[in-house]
Amino acid sequence: MSLLSISNLLKRYPSEDGSPTEIVRIPEFALQAGEQVLLQGESGLGKSTLLNLIAGIVKADSGSIELDGVDMASLTESARDAHRAKTLGYVFQNFNLLNAYTCLENVELGMAFGGKTDAGFARQLLERVGLNERIGYRPDQLSQGQKQRVAIARALANRPKLVLADEPTGNLDPSNARVALELIQSLCRENEAALLLVSHDPSLTDRFERSLDLAELNEAEAKGAIA
Amino acid sequence: MNSVSIAVRGIRERRVSSAITIAAVALACSLLMLVWAFKKEAEQSFAGASGGFDGVLGPRGSKLQIVLNALYHLDESPGLMRWSDYEQAKKFPAVEAAYPIAVGDNYRGYRLVGTTPDYLANHSYREGKSFELEGEGALFEEKTLTAVVGSFAAQRLGMDVGDTFHPYHGLVYSEAAKHEEIYTVVGVLKPTGTPADKVIWIPISGIQTMSGHNPAAATDVSAVLIKLKKGANMAGFQLDMLYNKRGDRLTLAWPASRTIIQFFEKISWFDQILQAVAILVAIIAGGSILAILYNAMNERKRDIAVMRALGARKRTVFAISLLEAVGMTAGGVIVGFVFYFGLGSVIAGVVQRETGVALSPFADNAAMLWAPLGMLGIGLLSGILPAIKAYRTDVSRNLI
Repeated sequence: MSLLSISNLLKRYPSEDGSPTEIVRIPEFALQAGEQVLLQGESGLGKSTLLNLIAGIVKADSGSIELDGVDMASLTESARDAHRAKTLGYVFQNFNLLNAYTCLENVELGMAFGGKTDAGFARQLLERVGLNERIGYRPDQLSQGQKQRVAIARALANRPKLVLADEPTGNLDPSNARVALELIQSLCRENEAALLLVSHDPSLTDRFERSLDLAELNEAEAKGAIA
Repeated sequence: MNSVSIAVRGIRERRVSSAITIAAVALACSLLMLVWAFKKEAEQSFAGASGGFDGVLGPRGSKLQIVLNALYHLDESPGLMRWSDYEQAKKFPAVEAAYPIAVGDNYRGYRLVGTTPDYLANHSYREGKSFELEGEGALFEEKTLTAVVGSFAAQRLGMDVGDTFHPYHGLVYSEAAKHEEIYTVVGVLKPTGTPADKVIWIPISGIQTMSGHNPAAATDVSAVLIKLKKGANMAGFQLDMLYNKRGDRLTLAWPASRTIIQFFEKISWFDQILQAVAILVAIIAGGSILAILYNAMNERKRDIAVMRALGARKRTVFAISLLEAVGMTAGGVIVGFVFYFGLGSVIAGVVQRETGVALSPFADNAAMLWAPLGMLGIGLLSGILPAIKAYRTDVSRNLI
């Protein structure tokens, strides 16, 4: 059984004149446990909407998104939040670290909503991403590359089954981008988490077992109207 | 890390505005407790400090002035009355005890009160409480230049058994008004928590015949303290009728404690002003919580969206926001108790110094429960609107 299985997924948003416009229409998509998949495509193809649908942040209009045996589309908002907290990790292009919290606390936050926090595991993750000497630093005291490494550690903090990464190297220089990508991939393998990474960077294709063109996957006619 | 620690972090993050809000809540809470709890304590203590007397007989005049002068050793005597008035009052069958007092002199600002030795020897100033002397002291004796000093006066004047002093004329200390007599302290009273602590007791003849006093008033007294026999309530009405309704030369302040309560009732407008100020400060504190958290929600939309993306439920971010409001209020309430006990102790010290009445800001009072609970309620209500805003934060729009 697939870890993630999407079937006849449809999401519409109201357009400027108020009529509903399809943004995401995906007939079939599946991802196996531990698999690492690249979804490649330019801006405006509905990448973020798709990830938000999978994460349960946005509710689908129709179709099913089965994640770890649970159909996200059929759950209440509260149940989707709870399932996300236990099953998913999220890496953002802009890191989205909380500035009031230290590196360690940001990582602990990644596990706070799914159960008990484990400061020992949070430290291990920060050590693994090479920030063991920066655990007490705040995000504004870190470089861009270091911030993304904290974000990667946070995404793995709740021992997720699937990590969603939205343009995780988009704001990094080539050197930091390479390090960040290697860390995401290796940490996902070490923690037996699947990875679904969306990026517009074509050079990443050969780093993944499977690479899909989002333009082909998403059959929505008005894709790009709202990303 | 949990909702509580996240809320505490939120409060600490905005430490200046949080500190101002906590101070406003503390001020409101302490004011509310002072106005209600401390006022009640003051009323009860003053009424209870009437020295175990049911009434005070004095020259024709204000009942309040007679009570303040004779029982609380404040204010001036409204005049003099005859010794025979004392003797007549003492003979009433319903009167258990009557003691004459005379005032008019002081020692370094502490009032000299002349009375008969049996007042200190036999009278109970509270149910089952009689005057006691420290150490090896003794009571003064009739027609001698001896004195017994109240505990507070002794402490302030540094007086002890064997010390001597010259009385000064009048109730206000003036170096130039020194009397020739030299009194010797023969006893120091143990603390009673009543106005008796702040005076110096001497034989009544001492005041009556002090050098420089009018010889024509050598047998007059300032007031008579009256204790009625138990169950003789009708006697109070009869004496009231005799002295206040039919007579026109003397005034009976009966019941004595009622006179003081009436005094507090007369100045209740002042309480109402304080109450209005306290409620206003409480409302301002609530508004401050609302404004701070509501504005903070604008700045924290992204943080809330990130928490939601990490799995925080809507009700969790709602609770975190509400906990911040309650947390700030709880902090304010704790500081409010510190303010209350600190300010209450200072006020109690001043009241004891001026009146001898012992007040305790630590006395149990329902206001010390409902004032903090009321403030927590205001904090909770103030936190609801920002919490709703947090609850409604659109995750996908705020996740950049």
